Amino acid sequence: MDARTTTTLLYLNGVTVSFDGFRALNNLSLAVEPGEMRAIIGPNGAGKTTMMDVVTGKTRPDDGDVFFDGAFDLSRLDETEIAELGIGRKFQKPTVFDMHTVEDNLRLALKGDRRARSAIVWRESAEERTRIERLFETIRLTDARDRFAGSLSHGQKQWLEIGMLLAQEPKLLLVDEPVAGMTDAETEQTARLLKEINRDRTVVVVEHDMTFVRELGVKVTVLHEGSVIAEGSIDQVSANERVIEVYLGR
Amino acid sequence: MIAGPLLRSLDRGATIFLAIVIAAAILVPALNLLVPASSPLHVPTYLVSLFGKYVCFALLALSIDLIWGYCGILSLGHGAFFALGGYAMGMYLMRQIGTRGVYAHPILPDFMVFLNWKELPLYWYFFEWFAYAALMILLVPGALAFVFGWFAFRSRVTGVYLSIITQAMTFALMLGFFRNNFGFGGNNGLTDFKDIFGFNVQSDATRAALFASSCVALALGFIICRMLVTSKFGKVLVAIRDAEARTRFLGYRVESYKLFVFTLSACMAGVAGAIYVPQVGIINPSEFAPANSIEAVIWVAVGGRGTLTGAVLGAILVNYAKTTFTTGLLAPYWLFVLGGLFVAVTLLLPRGIVGTIEHWWRTRREYAALRRNGPVRRPAARPAE
Repeated sequence: MDARTTTTLLYLNGVTVSFDGFRALNNLSLAVEPGEMRAIIGPNGAGKTTMMDVVTGKTRPDDGDVFFDGAFDLSRLDETEIAELGIGRKFQKPTVFDMHTVEDNLRLALKGDRRARSAIVWRESAEERTRIERLFETIRLTDARDRFAGSLSHGQKQWLEIGMLLAQEPKLLLVDEPVAGMTDAETEQTARLLKEINRDRTVVVVEHDMTFVRELGVKVTVLHEGSVIAEGSIDQVSANERVIEVYLGR
Repeated sequence: MIAGPLLRSLDRGATIFLAIVIAAAILVPALNLLVPASSPLHVPTYLVSLFGKYVCFALLALSIDLIWGYCGILSLGHGAFFALGGYAMGMYLMRQIGTRGVYAHPILPDFMVFLNWKELPLYWYFFEWFAYAALMILLVPGALAFVFGWFAFRSRVTGVYLSIITQAMTFALMLGFFRNNFGFGGNNGLTDFKDIFGFNVQSDATRAALFASSCVALALGFIICRMLVTSKFGKVLVAIRDAEARTRFLGYRVESYKLFVFTLSACMAGVAGAIYVPQVGIINPSEFAPANSIEAVIWVAVGGRGTLTGAVLGAILVNYAKTTFTTGLLAPYWLFVLGGLFVAVTLLLPRGIVGTIEHWWRTRREYAALRRNGPVRRPAARPAE
């Protein structure tokens, strides 16, 4: 199959990654369509985070193809280039700039010229102001605007990070365990936020929390030992014997 | 175009700081030259040179704070850039000696005659012109930092590994400069300077002028740093310091930012070294000693990293203490004091002097706001690793 002729937004074929002989990804193949939201689940060590590392350029695959938007070979690009192509990533542990205000966090994430020499003479435009205002409405952190990001609660940090991803205006969003450590109310709100985002962007969510995945109601891919073992709706995969075996053990 | 960023960079603290530096630049020379020696207000010439030395160290500390305090790059080899700037200035001063050297050779400095060299090495050419020497003062440290940083930052060498290789860099340079065949005077270095711009280096007026120049250089360096750290560039630097991977995934080319600020910092250190040399009258390879670079880092830690003014204050305080300690009975214990100071600051005052005051001030203001209009959370302010 030639990746260049497909309409697939993210296309992984036969991707293998080994660390000191341990195969974190083993002949992994996956295709995500434009506009789709996909949930990726799997037990610890299934290779979920390594898959994200491969897509965002943090780890280079030993073997296999990784294509984005049909034409871009991600295995040849680094993090910065991939970010510029329009792939945003949310880390497992919320990572925001603690010593900057919430507003500055969004400002730094705002899509625009990233070059060092432009940053020296940069001045905020009215258009950038409106974009920041709109983001504040989406992530509901307007009241915390001038607070240091380091003083936010865990849930607020997660939303701020999602807001920063939106500010990047990516085509594809990779979200690693967005509801880990959240209260039920926060989890529900996060599900709503992700669905809202999915209206104009493709989203890949890696998650442990099955209730949350059910709430999202999207196609699910199950990873185990670095390969895909099942794919389908949440009901289909939870009925799959292999999946039950992997999750519950023998 | 420059007025806006300049005004933004000068908040109250920065303005007060600049006023003090400019006042010192005027007062110290005035009290030295205009007040008669019998008056208690008179500042003796040796003190003018000593203060000038402190100010040069303050500029070096400022350059370290820019990369360490704001970008998390801990260089333990910044003394190398300082010394290189100093050597470039020393070469200019050597060429001014002319026939007044011991061997009275019109072109060759004494140590070359002594080594039986017949002609001036190529890299000593043009140093008789100050404009060329000034260019080299910026260019040599800058180019070394650029090449070093290009390799280190592209290979993503960070943290303690970067500190170790900067240390190795300055150590290697020290060994090189100790060698006679390197052409920089071996372990004696460059000394016996006579004139600078045609004025006697030893005269009171020249020394006063050199002190004033040191203050001007410090003020300019401070303004450049302030403009940089208050710009979006500065915000990206702090972002890199606190969460480098996040900054990368946002699409910033972290290497470019680090390389720029590291090179700029090396140029500032070079200027500090260049103004230092005519005031102390000598430059030799011991300036490259790793201990010097580490000491400079301690100044910044004591004053408070990521504050700029703290770096300056730390450099002056620690060096004042050093002067006091190393003259007199307590002289053998200075290194213990310095080591103890570093341990004490790390344990008891991790934000440094200025950092602690700033933090206290901000907390107080927030509590006041809290009493007025309800909850405002206190930022979990913490310095970079």
